[in-house]
Amino acid sequence: MSPFKYLDHTADMCVQGIGTSVEEAFCEAARAVFNLMVDLDRVVPETRIQVSVDASNLEFLLVEWLDVLIGQKDLSRMVFCRFGVNIVTSNNGFRLEGEGWGEELNPVWHRAKLEVKGVSYAGLHVSKGKEGWIAQCVVDV
Amino acid sequence: MLERVGQAEWLVPVTGEMRVPGRIFADCGTIEQLKADMEEGKEWNALRQVCQVACLPGIVTASLALPDVHPGYGFPIGGVAAFDLDSGVVVVGGVGFDINCGVRTLRTPLTEESVVDCKEELAEQLFCDIPAGLGSEGKLRLSVKEIDQVLVKGARFVVERGYGLEEDLEYIEEGGQLAGADPGTVSAVAKQRQFRQVGTLGSGNHYLEVQVVEEVFDQKAAGIYGLRKGEVVISIHTGSRALGHQIGQDYLKEMAKATNKYNLSVQARELACAPIKSDEGERYLAAVACGGNCAFANRQVITHLVRSSFARVCGIPPASVRTVYDIGHNNVKLEHHYVDGKERAVLIHRKGATRAFGPGREESPVSYRGVGHPILVGGTMGTASYIMRGTEVGMKKAFGSGIHGAGRALSRRKAAKRYWGEDVRSSLKDKGIILRAHSVRGIAEEAPGAYKDIEQVVKAATEAGINRPVVRLRPLIVIKG
Repeated sequence: MSPFKYLDHTADMCVQGIGTSVEEAFCEAARAVFNLMVDLDRVVPETRIQVSVDASNLEFLLVEWLDVLIGQKDLSRMVFCRFGVNIVTSNNGFRLEGEGWGEELNPVWHRAKLEVKGVSYAGLHVSKGKEGWIAQCVVDV
Repeated sequence: MLERVGQAEWLVPVTGEMRVPGRIFADCGTIEQLKADMEEGKEWNALRQVCQVACLPGIVTASLALPDVHPGYGFPIGGVAAFDLDSGVVVVGGVGFDINCGVRTLRTPLTEESVVDCKEELAEQLFCDIPAGLGSEGKLRLSVKEIDQVLVKGARFVVERGYGLEEDLEYIEEGGQLAGADPGTVSAVAKQRQFRQVGTLGSGNHYLEVQVVEEVFDQKAAGIYGLRKGEVVISIHTGSRALGHQIGQDYLKEMAKATNKYNLSVQARELACAPIKSDEGERYLAAVACGGNCAFANRQVITHLVRSSFARVCGIPPASVRTVYDIGHNNVKLEHHYVDGKERAVLIHRKGATRAFGPGREESPVSYRGVGHPILVGGTMGTASYIMRGTEVGMKKAFGSGIHGAGRALSRRKAAKRYWGEDVRSSLKDKGIILRAHSVRGIAEEAPGAYKDIEQVVKAATEAGINRPVVRLRPLIVIKG
């Protein structure tokens, strides 16, 4: 599985998803976010949710994708360990159809860590480089 | 690039597209760090952020940074900026995701000696009673209609429901109820995310601390605030929880569109903004008021729970735990200040900074007007916190603003590598501080060594003349999410 990374930020966390495709990078960025919150190894991918978001560019699309997922921890108390994403161009820019696989949060079993509050525009970056595609942003913890 | 203009005061001259200078209140060590980050070209760089804020339309006088300054999103943390109402903008990054995150401090009739024997039991009771950490749920469940009432009435709604004293409201900023709140400007998702979170502490740098007044520096102010050396107090640091976070997220998107719509020139995407007098700007301000009221309500519920915990363990009447003050440090407010010798209304953003009005202001509680309201400054869990107050100098130089904490020195990543949660816990125990936390990793990230020296930050604010220390507080019990 492609890696995710964290880059230094003084007050919060910069998450970076890396993949051979932009979709894979988006999935890894989501894993990076949820790894801040829980031990991913302890999350069972038993329930699926679907996500559809639009944005004018790939970077804002990353923000929209992560925002919906982060909100689920409060709306449905779900945390996720596996993701699938398909991105297509649209009249307004880009459309993402995605899914997250996870289960209801159990703070003790999942070894709850930090709460991610939101996705900032700081460090927001989606591009293809030597390592492959990178999807990166700073999340507020 | 930086000119020293006072003992702990530095000017960043206008260059490039800056409309006003930068003015940084800080000690030499902090200034050296800011310069080094700039010279190394670090991506997140508080000095560059001060300069970028100075480029915003309608900014008045200067882009300010206080002694706990460190990089934020667009605005530095510890950043203050005032804007003209007609030509200025409102900036999401100047408030942040945790709208009206702040501190409430309570005083008790107890002394350190009187809690020595029950400290462990008190820590356990508070750890059980105060919902904290990821996934925690509040004890107060609200309907959709009630959430809207919280957004408008803030702490008052909670007190009317029986979770607190009428007196509490006198000692909360704005009476615990920000004017101009419109629940119609807050998304359904934001409200739904909040249903289970009213009265929860959160995680990260949020905390509840039982502290003792270790030192009194300003006898007059301490007396007016009802604080005595050796007295036990409690400080609660939390904010608007998921509702505030979602408002911040929703309006970041709105403001990004508005920045383009109104052809606003901003130096960084994180400074997404809208004219104050625009639909977008007015909606955002109404939504921020909602988020702010949610934070006041949140801290009010936790206050009620704390009173209950202390009553159970220490046998004191709940009403004997009295509110000293409740103040936010992520806000945007309409205030009146003297600018170029004339009083005028401006919109002030304080990101990781508090209001710090000196004597004589009607915004302060009546009994505090002689000295000004308290500023509640969270230090680290291993060192100290402070209660300070504003000054006339601060009113003139810093729009009546104050520091909010020690400010981070290490990233969370570096802190997690350098410190081990259990070692931090042991080290605190050796100092007589009981730490109960829901996340061991969280302890490492919040280790005292991850923060600047609070003593130096307080000293810089004092030397700059903008804030003055009243008391120092030493932690006895720390509850973390």
